[in-house]
Amino acid sequence: MEFKITKAAKNTILYVVLTGLLLLIIGLISGYNDPHFVTRLLTNGLINGFFFFALGLGALFFLALNYATESGWYASVKRVIEAVAGFLPYGMGLLGLFLLIITLFDGAHIYIWMDSEVVKHDEIIQGKTAYLNVWFFWIRTLIYFTTYFLFLRGFKRRSLEEDERGGTDLHFKNYKKGATFLVFFAVFSSTSAWDWLMSIDVHWFSTLYGWYTFAGMWCSSMVVLVITTMYLKKLGYLPKVNESHIHDLGKWTFATSFLWSYLWFSQFMLIWYANIGEEVTYYAMRIENFKFLYFAMFIINFAFPMLILMSRDAKRNFGILTFVGLIILTGHWLDVYIMVSAGSLGANATIGFIEVGMALMVLGSFVFVILRNLTKASLTPVNHPFLDESIHHDI
Amino acid sequence: MTEKVIYVMYDDEEVLKDGAKTLVSKGIKIADVFSPFPIHGIDPIIGVKNTRLGIMAFLYGLTGLMLATVGMRFFMVTDWPMNIGGKPNFSYLENMLAFVPVTFEFTVLCAAHGMVITYLLANKTLPGMPAHNPDPRTTDDRFVMEIRLSDNHQSSENEIDELLKNTGFVEIDKKEVN
Repeated sequence: MEFKITKAAKNTILYVVLTGLLLLIIGLISGYNDPHFVTRLLTNGLINGFFFFALGLGALFFLALNYATESGWYASVKRVIEAVAGFLPYGMGLLGLFLLIITLFDGAHIYIWMDSEVVKHDEIIQGKTAYLNVWFFWIRTLIYFTTYFLFLRGFKRRSLEEDERGGTDLHFKNYKKGATFLVFFAVFSSTSAWDWLMSIDVHWFSTLYGWYTFAGMWCSSMVVLVITTMYLKKLGYLPKVNESHIHDLGKWTFATSFLWSYLWFSQFMLIWYANIGEEVTYYAMRIENFKFLYFAMFIINFAFPMLILMSRDAKRNFGILTFVGLIILTGHWLDVYIMVSAGSLGANATIGFIEVGMALMVLGSFVFVILRNLTKASLTPVNHPFLDESIHHDI
Repeated sequence: MTEKVIYVMYDDEEVLKDGAKTLVSKGIKIADVFSPFPIHGIDPIIGVKNTRLGIMAFLYGLTGLMLATVGMRFFMVTDWPMNIGGKPNFSYLENMLAFVPVTFEFTVLCAAHGMVITYLLANKTLPGMPAHNPDPRTTDDRFVMEIRLSDNHQSSENEIDELLKNTGFVEIDKKEVN
């Protein structure tokens, strides 16, 4: 069945983007003589660029995971996953654009290791220049982008080809490519988190940081997937998707919330226990400047899904899932917000017109791209070898 | 009081499922099905209620959580304040982070053991208990459906036999049980 974007959806997206634009313009006019204006604007660009890029990347990872494990149940929601993963090129564009502007501004007080004046007087950064220098940073960034893009294109092409001719050779090819992607992703998800986010707090490092970022990304992607699926279902599409699929996606949301909380806590507790000056600065800064937000973010990303999504009925209830999903999504946006702006702006960070406006604009465009991706192919894959299993999915 | 029970044996779970569907649609109540492995989709056919084991797991987990909290507070703060890494040892709350891993593990331990023991008790399969399945072959490659006449007063034994005839069973056995 072909999906068509409804007029109501188009209007809502337009309103969201226009409201965002309006707020952003108000923010720009009222804030342009603020001494931190450029840093603040670019910080926001990095936050939203990374967050929405990560939503697409999480979906691509989930697709590859399902190929590599030869899952059956997901076949009837596969096109939804592909549509969300299809945002990846746009996300890369946005993230890449802001990374480029930040580089042109010599780090813009976000990546202080890009500023040669700072590095000259900073021995700790000098010790890291072999890895953290502009050229190597950009080589790595381009390698990540190219790898993700090539895998995405391959998965998409084979998926459409499977609709045409079927057979199992494409399935086994996807299986191999999915496993290969996971190998690349295992390394890149950590190193890219170091490059784009951890290097903001350049004196500090944590080996858990990559997994922590990845878990947040995965959890937010699962929320987007489950909400998109329920939206389509509500409009009467996806007749083959039953409550069990929604339940499974809900379980993934629940489980990845736990994964994220587990990693957040592990990182926090180890640093708290050891209490080494070099390490605790990271949390000291966050607790000092974002005390309420930082812990509120942890509570809503952990306690909320734990208490509400634990029962079987809650994971099958569209209202509860959407409600909890939207809150978790906001929570994870706040997580990225604090990750980036606590390092770049510190005490000067606020959530004002610029922050909300830019987030709304990118959110609107993100939803539009996903919906447009959904119109491009049949909503249920035609010849997926596990389609029959997926239709009879019952838990 | 003894009652008559019909045991119908099949050699394929799909055949049994189809047979059960036919019987249930005629208003016959099936008491139980014995099988070497869980048969997918049999529960709604014979009207097995959803398990409440999950609720019990939650309660056992809560018990573990509480025991661990009370225990840790007593051992590490009240009874003998332990100074580990210079962390405050006079207050549970300020030291809470250090206790989270233990509390978590104990919660899981209690939930898991509680569930296993409850499961074994509810199914009467604790080690050493006598087996309840009607035929040892149901642990190998056969599937048995149990129909109790006391559950089916509206149909006579002959009517049930008549219905069973076309379900493709391999063996039928009638027993008087207590």
